Amino acid sequence: MEYIASGFYHALQLILKLDSELLGIIFLSLKVSGAALVLAALIGIPLGALLSLKKFPMRSAAVSLLNTFMGLPPVVVGLFLYLLLSRSGSLGFMSLLYTPYAMMIAQTVLSLPIVASLTYAAVSSVNPVIRMAARTLGANNYQTAVAIIREARMGIMAAVIAAFGRVIAEVGAILIVGGNIAGLTRVMTTAIAMETDKGNFELALALGIILLSLSLLINTALHLIQNNKDVRSQIEGD
Amino acid sequence: MPISLRISGLSKVYNSSVVIDNCSYTFQAGSVYAVMGPNGCGKSTLLRICSLLESPTSGSISYYAGDNELAYDMRLRRMMTLLLPDIGIFNTTVLKNVEYGLKIRGLSRKSIYDASCEALELVGLTHKMSQNALLLSSGQKRRLGIARALVIKPRLLMLDEPTSAIDVENTEIVESAILRIKQERSSTIILSTHERTQADRLADKVVFVENKRLSQDGF
Repeated sequence: MEYIASGFYHALQLILKLDSELLGIIFLSLKVSGAALVLAALIGIPLGALLSLKKFPMRSAAVSLLNTFMGLPPVVVGLFLYLLLSRSGSLGFMSLLYTPYAMMIAQTVLSLPIVASLTYAAVSSVNPVIRMAARTLGANNYQTAVAIIREARMGIMAAVIAAFGRVIAEVGAILIVGGNIAGLTRVMTTAIAMETDKGNFELALALGIILLSLSLLINTALHLIQNNKDVRSQIEGD
Repeated sequence: MPISLRISGLSKVYNSSVVIDNCSYTFQAGSVYAVMGPNGCGKSTLLRICSLLESPTSGSISYYAGDNELAYDMRLRRMMTLLLPDIGIFNTTVLKNVEYGLKIRGLSRKSIYDASCEALELVGLTHKMSQNALLLSSGQKRRLGIARALVIKPRLLMLDEPTSAIDVENTEIVESAILRIKQERSSTIILSTHERTQADRLADKVVFVENKRLSQDGF
């Protein structure tokens, strides 16, 4: 209990002092996770929508595979990417290992199946009448797909929120491919792991509290946007 | 110019259950047809096939503008619309719902807005244009469906039970909108209904779906 109280105090001190090292760590965390999330959304949303809207052989196998990948163990992803990005690996020539780019790739790999799979579920749950309505109004295939995806936007937003939760809290993969190098690849989660290893529990806890607060802040903002746009919540509230 | 359609030997089978069996009929351009029959007789299936939402199991439909047969393409699909019983309201404002059909046709913003306002006025929903359409009552949703269908000025308008499960006031508004298009004679209208009195009020001809086939009762 003492640790927790002290952790809160320490966290407050660190924030108020605007410690430059801490700010650098926070900024890098947001940059890495933000970039990974954008990449995962750019690839995952069209992929999930395509899986839902387009019928093709082995589609259910592809969906099952995607669902399985939602539970990818971060350390396994980290190890796999390490082998790919290390000097002897097939992507070694890019010299990405121990850079923020490697961490972004790792988090993209981890969050992509979440975005794609939940987008698939969201698009699949759109009332089939919407598809018919769009077609009866003269929409072509592309316009019909856009209308359906627009109807699924709340579910897609939920997919992005879930993926954000995964990337902001992730430590295993980025520790392996990033290396937790101070000022270069140290992010909040890897810093927490390091401080815990060192027995510096107060600082680790303080960093944890800041991470949770940031996560809460961003999630609240995303939920507010989602709820404001979701008229169904107003209907249920009537 | 309204379009006519000729159905030849049309059949539809779902999982070995025959819904429509070898139907042939010609819907004349500019007329209003009421398709009647008991629940599950195939009225909705017939309208979905005529609106190209579904393919028939066998037989064919030919569409004509005057004497010219129209090809099955996007141009033909955009000449017609079907008001579905569930409507399929988009989760956006009433105005944007109406504007949708014109936006996908690439019209200018001003003409889209003007035409949409006119359609909303016709069904008495102008005061609701900024509201989310999902918040409308079921009768208002039906009126919105009518506005959304009318705004695209279809040459073939199909309405699947346009007044089922709505109150008298909303029914009157929907019927007066249909009668207005009938007066203009710019569209061929096919509507399905259960009510003989409504068929008498709105239609030039009544077609019955009986024993999976179409039969006509002129009056």
